[in-house]
Amino acid sequence: MFWQKEIETIGRKALEELQLKRLKQTVQRAYKNIPFYSDKFSKLNIKPKDINSLKDIKKLPFTTRENLRENYPFGLLAVEREQVVRLHTSSGTTGKPKAIFFTKKDINQAAELIARCLIMTGIKKDDVLQNMMTYGLFTGALIMHYGAEKVGVLVIPAGPGHTKRQLALMQDFKTTTLHLTPSYALYLADVMSNEGLDPKRDFFLRRAYLGAEPYSEETRKKIEKFFSIDVFNSYGLSEMNGPGVAFECMEKNGMHLWEDNFIIEIINPETGKEVAEGEKGELVLTTLCREAMPILRYRTRDITMIIPGKCKCGRTHRRISRIIGRTDDMFIVRGVNIFPQQIEQVLMGVKGVAQNYQIILESYDQMTVRVEISRDLFDGRIEHLMNLQNEITEKLRSEILVKPKVELLEPGTLPVSEGKATRVIDKRTL
Amino acid sequence: MDKLKQISIFSENKPGRLEKITKVLADEGVNILAINIASSNGFGVIKFIVDKCELAYQKLKQKGFTVSLNEVLAIEMVDKPGGLYEVARTLSQKKVNIENAYVFILESRKRAFLIVEVQDIEKAKKLLQYVKLKFYREAEFKKKGKK
Repeated sequence: MFWQKEIETIGRKALEELQLKRLKQTVQRAYKNIPFYSDKFSKLNIKPKDINSLKDIKKLPFTTRENLRENYPFGLLAVEREQVVRLHTSSGTTGKPKAIFFTKKDINQAAELIARCLIMTGIKKDDVLQNMMTYGLFTGALIMHYGAEKVGVLVIPAGPGHTKRQLALMQDFKTTTLHLTPSYALYLADVMSNEGLDPKRDFFLRRAYLGAEPYSEETRKKIEKFFSIDVFNSYGLSEMNGPGVAFECMEKNGMHLWEDNFIIEIINPETGKEVAEGEKGELVLTTLCREAMPILRYRTRDITMIIPGKCKCGRTHRRISRIIGRTDDMFIVRGVNIFPQQIEQVLMGVKGVAQNYQIILESYDQMTVRVEISRDLFDGRIEHLMNLQNEITEKLRSEILVKPKVELLEPGTLPVSEGKATRVIDKRTL
Repeated sequence: MDKLKQISIFSENKPGRLEKITKVLADEGVNILAINIASSNGFGVIKFIVDKCELAYQKLKQKGFTVSLNEVLAIEMVDKPGGLYEVARTLSQKKVNIENAYVFILESRKRAFLIVEVQDIEKAKKLLQYVKLKFYREAEFKKKGKK
């Protein structure tokens, strides 16, 4: 089944012609309407007319998440403010988020891509989708919601948490499809077992869309087996609309990335040069249809690779593998993107702790922050230490939106950290 | 009322910490007169009254422990029913608030001291200047403490 069969199965040559046409338009608009890009073009001594083939994309400057932050809030807007109908944000490392704008057409386009994704997994109008992602500033829930409504399925905007209510909704409204994070799927499985519920006997589930966190093939199999459903891998990022950038078809072998909307490059993150097809590297995306915020060569920091060859489903848009890792030190807890620097900044603002710290990731729900107390400020009072522990916990919670466990350590306990990576100890097995 | 200092040591709540701390004291020939341990949520503070306070403090610090030295009140209690009541009544009359307290006994079953930690030691000492309680005296303490 297809949502837009013609474009989804378009021949490669025609697709590339379409990409080039749209790339030229995008470059022209970015150059004309966004000072950030016109400055970059001047520095590189290029003009929009220098883009004459898809290969010429290499002449264009990269856009990084820092660029998005520097231009917060309105700097990268390519249309009049009046044309914008939606703002989403993505968490940043210094408290300043990245602002992502949508025009009416952008929302519609993002929803169209979701519709392609959902139909690709066999969804029909009589299906019921329970959306367990966070509604709000994050793109995860809302973009999926709009796409699912476009398809015509019944959407239950449940949001995350309130597990017993989720289960009741799933039973009462005969939910067939879930959209959630892998860690929440595993938690849901635990709760069902504890309540003596049998997913096959007591529910009507057929499939789940899992995204927002990395997870392994083993986890997919485990979730599929427990719920007796098909699990489809989903990829997206707020900077590129949110979910629906790439999605798995029924073959469940890599995610089709909608190349009529995005140009894919896989680069070596060190050199910036393109890697050979099938080799892993950093995913770089250029938007082709975005009105409000065209973005050229966005460094996603996600490591993946192109899966070579044609897919049996008939779609010609190339597939990327599940995300293998990150080129930076970002990690994800409870679906929230967190950078060690955020933790560091909070700790720097707290009196009574030393600079050294460690982050332990026990699961996708729980993290521990270990800090050494400051030798000079120790006054022998346990109440002061308890207050310190509470203060750190609260300040971290309000910064990263996840409540960590905070451990106070004796000075000199933690290894002296040389790189950022050693600050984070990831004990999670995917 | 002579000065009495207490040593406080920060410690993670895990096996072997008290052993390491007391080994330092043992190696230096420091005698422990009283000990108090409070713990919370993964960590604790161990408090000592010792005979060679300054020496113990320096050595512990050298060995890398997180130590702090602060003055406390040491009030003699009569070792009989009502002994603590007498002390508590006087402190409350003078509005001295107890932050933390523990007991040590000098010369088995003869004399007991209540170690009291307060927010502001100088203020507390002033408030307690003329009360009838017997406070710790360094000279007497050292002699008897040694046995």
